[in-house]
Amino acid sequence: MTTRREFLVLAAALAAPTAARAQVDPNLAANRKAAFQAALKRIAGDAPVRKGRVKLVLPPLIDNGNSVPLTVSVESPMTEADHVKAIHVLTEKNPLPDVVSVALGPRAGRATLTTRVRLADTQTVTAIAQTSDGAFWSDTAEVVVTLSACLEEGLI
Amino acid sequence: MARAVVTVPPNARRGEIVEIKTLAQHPMETGFRRTQTGELIPRDIIRTFRCSYNGTEVFRAELHPAIAANPLIAFTTVATESGTLSFEWAGDNGYTVTEIAAIKVE
Repeated sequence: MTTRREFLVLAAALAAPTAARAQVDPNLAANRKAAFQAALKRIAGDAPVRKGRVKLVLPPLIDNGNSVPLTVSVESPMTEADHVKAIHVLTEKNPLPDVVSVALGPRAGRATLTTRVRLADTQTVTAIAQTSDGAFWSDTAEVVVTLSACLEEGLI
Repeated sequence: MARAVVTVPPNARRGEIVEIKTLAQHPMETGFRRTQTGELIPRDIIRTFRCSYNGTEVFRAELHPAIAANPLIAFTTVATESGTLSFEWAGDNGYTVTEIAAIKVE
């Protein structure tokens, strides 16, 4: 026979997963998308972002999203008159869209950047470069992530 | 705790593009993780990185939580004159590290 106490413990255990699920924001995908668009707007304003000149290199299949090598290189003569001013990397599905923003100039010699990033999910990574004439260029890379970076299941 | 490693070629020809690699020791805690009891672990990351060549800033990066722990930053610079390259990392909870490397330009 089930005592009242046992019943209550069982009921609480059954109710717990439901409560945990309820914490996940149903608008998560939409919010992330809006955050990505906001970040893009903050970087480029209303200027058009064109494809090309930028090369974003990421492994297409990633075992561990906690440390992913990423290289951005931009075609540019890097002279005083024509150089890359800034490079930005954005993600679509990380909790925050920004990854890294770099400011450089003709003293860099080559417009390249190598770093290691965290990726929370299978997604598209975008690199945007701003040249000295104010134009924006971009490249995207599709990545498949099998183990996401530092987030519990269901929060992604 | 506060340690960093930089790789700069010791010698270079004038006008040569040299590659610089930097590695800082830092957990880069994102601020999105939780402990087993469900408390949020506060954010603790490196926010900015700067590289100056004889006092002139040549490279600056703004880092966000999506940068992996022990951030690696590799970039290039033109070897213009002999001197020192100084590297500065600054972040949350008063984290600052400065590293200096000498370069000889012929």
